[in-house]
Amino acid sequence: MRLHSILRTMTKLLMPPIMLFGLYVQFHGDYGPGGGFQAGVIFAVAFILFTLIFGPTRARQVAPEWVTTPMCAIGVLLYAGVGVATMLLGGEYLNYNVLAHDPHHGQHMGILLVELGVGLTVWAVMVTIFLNFVERHDHAALDPGDGAEDGHV
Amino acid sequence: MEQVIDIVLLAFMVVTALAMIALRNLFAVVMLSGIFSLLSASMFVLMDAVDVAFTEAAVGAGISTVLMLGTLALTARAERTPRRNSLLPLAVVVVTGAALIYGTLDMPHFGDPQAPIHQHVAPRYIEDSPREVGPPNMVTSVLASYRGYDTLGETTVIFTAGIGVLVLLGARVDRRRCNAQAARKDAGEGRS
Repeated sequence: MRLHSILRTMTKLLMPPIMLFGLYVQFHGDYGPGGGFQAGVIFAVAFILFTLIFGPTRARQVAPEWVTTPMCAIGVLLYAGVGVATMLLGGEYLNYNVLAHDPHHGQHMGILLVELGVGLTVWAVMVTIFLNFVERHDHAALDPGDGAEDGHV
Repeated sequence: MEQVIDIVLLAFMVVTALAMIALRNLFAVVMLSGIFSLLSASMFVLMDAVDVAFTEAAVGAGISTVLMLGTLALTARAERTPRRNSLLPLAVVVVTGAALIYGTLDMPHFGDPQAPIHQHVAPRYIEDSPREVGPPNMVTSVLASYRGYDTLGETTVIFTAGIGVLVLLGARVDRRRCNAQAARKDAGEGRS
């Protein structure tokens, strides 16, 4: 990929707007279309584009495994944790009314937090799946015996 | 006018689907499936379901295409021509398709306010969600608040998918050592 200067420059130019749009979709889901699922995917697309152009080794420097793998679980735990928090505050599981003094504020905060949990998990899972596919491919290329064995079932 | 767009989009979808069946080059099939997703996303926009269209465009046309290309890089590029004749599968598909079309005859028309789905919980969401939950986008209220359990379940499904891929393709695991262990285990089972 060293020679594709147009692709490399365009990727560098496109990554910030894609990530900004992902954040917009994440935190603006209450007002317009979108939410955690779409935002997570869009945010992951920025990393996938980066991997396609610069390769998995450099992608792992910006999204290392010790970040993406735990993040898969942290999102779900954040979502489930909001439910536990509402129970501790005296409401039903995932009843956001009790999160703040005003039920509307509580609902708003609860939705923001669970959507953030969804977004984190979706982003981490998408990046994990894609990078594992790519790294597996590199691994198979280095070790043809293994790749031939698994690749043509 | 909208009907014309509907018909054109549906015709494009049919042509794309037929081309996907006919082609043996899997790279082209993956690209066509991305186009198919984009066309269905446009259909959802026409039906005023922008949230669904957004998801379809991002997940169906975007991520799925990339992931399938990643899979193609690991496997073969072309589909083998099937040796058996495909009359029985064709019959199964035709019968299933006919049954599904027969099923749609009883369904209420698109946008019919008397349809059961608009009479069940939807009026409550439309009337009470601005007061009870707040966000102007009712889809978010329903997904994150009224149907919070379902969305938690969906997030868990995504998490499980990620863990599944990690277990199957985990790059960090020393594959050679794993293979050696598996071989030893197989040998051990063979003896017992």
